[in-house]
Amino acid sequence: MEHVATSVDGMELVYERPSTLTDTPMHYCPGCAHGVVHRVLMEVIQEMGIQDRTVGVAPVGCSVFAYNYMNIDMQEAAHGRASAVATGIKRILPDRFVFSYQGDGDLAAIGTGETIHTANRGENILVVFINNAIYGMTGGQMAPTTLLGMVTSTTPYGRESAVMGFPLKITDLVAQLPGAYYVTRQSVHTPTAARKLKKAIRNSLEYQKQNRGTCFIEVVSNCPSGWKMTPRESNEWMEKNMFPFYPPGDLKIPRG
Amino acid sequence: MIVHDNEPGLMKGNEALAESALRAGLQAYFGYPITPQSEILEYLTAEGAQRGCVVLQAESELAAINMVYGASGAGARVMTSSSSPGISLMQEGLSYMASAQLPCLVVNVNRGGPGLGTIQPAQGDYFQATKGGGHGDYHLIVLAPSTVQEMADFVFDAFQLAEKYRNPAMILADGALGQMMEKVILPKQGSLPNLPRPWATTGKPSDRERNIITSLFIQPEKMEQVNLVLQEKYARLQEEVRFEALQTEGAEILLVAYGLSARICQKALELARAKGIKVGLLRPITLYPFPSAALSDLAENVGAILTVEMNAGQMVEDVRLAVNGRRPVLFLGRMGGMIPSPEDVLNELEVMTDRLVPQEERS
Repeated sequence: MEHVATSVDGMELVYERPSTLTDTPMHYCPGCAHGVVHRVLMEVIQEMGIQDRTVGVAPVGCSVFAYNYMNIDMQEAAHGRASAVATGIKRILPDRFVFSYQGDGDLAAIGTGETIHTANRGENILVVFINNAIYGMTGGQMAPTTLLGMVTSTTPYGRESAVMGFPLKITDLVAQLPGAYYVTRQSVHTPTAARKLKKAIRNSLEYQKQNRGTCFIEVVSNCPSGWKMTPRESNEWMEKNMFPFYPPGDLKIPRG
Repeated sequence: MIVHDNEPGLMKGNEALAESALRAGLQAYFGYPITPQSEILEYLTAEGAQRGCVVLQAESELAAINMVYGASGAGARVMTSSSSPGISLMQEGLSYMASAQLPCLVVNVNRGGPGLGTIQPAQGDYFQATKGGGHGDYHLIVLAPSTVQEMADFVFDAFQLAEKYRNPAMILADGALGQMMEKVILPKQGSLPNLPRPWATTGKPSDRERNIITSLFIQPEKMEQVNLVLQEKYARLQEEVRFEALQTEGAEILLVAYGLSARICQKALELARAKGIKVGLLRPITLYPFPSAALSDLAENVGAILTVEMNAGQMVEDVRLAVNGRRPVLFLGRMGGMIPSPEDVLNELEVMTDRLVPQEERS
């Protein structure tokens, strides 16, 4: 930890913005998980002291502006192509830490091919996958991970499998691939959950240093605006409805 | 200026281009197989790794161009290659690269279309190559080789221009140039200098601001500023125009053709000159920027112009814009992988000669 307890106006400083986050108000909706995931990710990068060796990729989606907040070198990618862009970066800069930060529409619909093949090649990158079962940025349309029966702006009567197919458990698919080294599903709806996510990110970047292969972290998330709920309601709804289908926990952990 | 080796060799166009790319200091290649250019991918997978070049067969052309985006943004000299249908798939990525001002080389070994088309040579991708191709206001820098030697040489020119202007460059060849073997003298290894790339995302040290590669400018005021920067760049790019003028002095008819069509026209020119028809040839080497000023000047002194292409008439639109109605501009083309013969061109020249307005009667 670089955090050093300092005294401010006679009070001990116990919590502050990591230097790896910029001093910029985030555009995310109140209660959205993105802000917490950004912070946790950047805390790890600060604590590992790798700000100067980290390159991030944020594609189209709510988090396309991640480079406004993450104080590291970043590339914005076309919709669905983040893991291909990250592959290009990592192949050229194999000693850097490279991650992509993708939503469900990006990673599991338009970018499914790139996601699967990147993990299948075992690219030494970290994929952070925010699954909130909805397209947030475009206004709440059905995502590949939208639950059956879930109402979105393009499933106004609820998602029906006969018409719209089934929610895609892409993390389970990725876990099957030999190139995927560490696959886990996390959340950030409680402090305990956020700490677990932080540990998973730390592990992933340590594995990346050892060239172990693709590390893949799904973060089951809420979308208060898209789900049309208060932040508290959305977290309760997530635990009740999302967790049974997308249960938090490790899907693939390194042996030994 | 390109420094060449001394010894000539005999190579396929695709292989000469691939070897030249390694000699130009290529750091990464991402590609996907498609006829008639797969030899580039095959050559580089065989040769690249042992010569310090990252070579990766991507899962699609979409993935390939986005790997190029990432590697270019990370500061590498990088290329991809494909043929017409695959190049169509790359257009989104090229628009992003033009907007984010990322240099790269894209090789299009043009085949007959539209659709899946045919694997035979064609020039049907001229519009796509020179007018932007993807969404938004942008251009690629486009070089059109007409020999295997130029397939090799233009790799150096394309990288040099792409990196100088921070813009994707394209070598627009065709299936014949890719597949045929000719004598070639290869450029010397390592003779292409590398420009500094302070904008690359290589990891943010404490003494500089973070680097961001993006094509997203959500505020229209900013997006317009980015567009103005691009337009100013394209205006500067006009200085780089390149063409070859052959026997244009005293010519009555001017042929305009690029790439393989220009070679056919060169033969037709010889046949016509032997028959006493005064023909010259303008061969655009850069298709973007297009040699409009040179063409405009040449149009002053000829009676008529014949544009020859392996398509339904694409470059002829740029020829007509440059000539601006001052002279008749005729078109001869074959499509779908068919190649016009020198005799086809000669026949057209003979018909035109009979109809030429005498010089003293021209406005």
